[in-house]
Amino acid sequence: MISLGQLLTLSAVVFSLAVAGIFLNRKNVILLLMCVELLLLAANFNFIAFSRYLNDINGQIFVFFVLTVAAAESAIGLAILVVLFRERRSINVEDLNTLKG
Amino acid sequence: MLIQVLFHVFAAILVLSALGVISARNPVYSALALVMCFVTSAAIWLLIEAEFLAVVLVLVYVGAVMVLFLFVVMMLDINLAELRRGFTRFAWLGWLTALAVIVEIAGVVWARGGLGVDASRGAVPEPQSYTNTLALGSVLYTRYAYPLELAAMLLLVAIVAAISLTMRRRAGLRYQDISRQVAVRPEERVRIVKMEAEQGP
Repeated sequence: MISLGQLLTLSAVVFSLAVAGIFLNRKNVILLLMCVELLLLAANFNFIAFSRYLNDINGQIFVFFVLTVAAAESAIGLAILVVLFRERRSINVEDLNTLKG
Repeated sequence: MLIQVLFHVFAAILVLSALGVISARNPVYSALALVMCFVTSAAIWLLIEAEFLAVVLVLVYVGAVMVLFLFVVMMLDINLAELRRGFTRFAWLGWLTALAVIVEIAGVVWARGGLGVDASRGAVPEPQSYTNTLALGSVLYTRYAYPLELAAMLLLVAIVAAISLTMRRRAGLRYQDISRQVAVRPEERVRIVKMEAEQGP
């Protein structure tokens, strides 16, 4: 039997690894997007764990919507990335300083 | 007991592949490690009896989103050396933040009565006749019908946005514009010239 604490600890580890990944790969926009996906996965873990352990199906419904929004987000993010690469020939975050005053 | 063993194996694979995502040298390897993360997560969700979401995770994420990621990574010609420069400069900050997050969450989870629920308790197993898909569907299409429509609308908007962002017209390309062809009027194409018939000598 898997206890709630085990699941929450696992999701905490994954979440913090993703946060560390955002710090480590702060120049590469693709890796930033991947780390955001990992963050959402860890959050979904918590939703499903509590949904199962409190016997409440609404948590799983919420995960369903989170998956939908995350798919839309990554599709648009990657589209913006492709357009950006076409314009600047680079996806380095440090090159994106057009809006700097 | 078997479930415990499986859970620990999958958890170890999940953590290792998450490490791979954030530390791989090549973004392609990162994307593949992320695929591994999703697959093992789906396995763990199967273990805690959330079958429908496990299947959806594999179908939607591994089947669609990660393929999209791989396409984009392979399509763009990225200068990796430039992007990797300074990888270790803020590494200590990253690991420090990760450690702080772990300590905070573990403290909350394992503190006695911290969540108002007993964190060391296992879930009550569902009866044999329970169908996770049926349970989800019976709520999703009744109480959550309106949010479901909104989610569908959001996906439609995302499709249109992604296509319109990445579509481009190359200059000097010859192509048919059907609507312009249909809308053309005779007087734009044919010029009728009235002239006198020539007289013979």
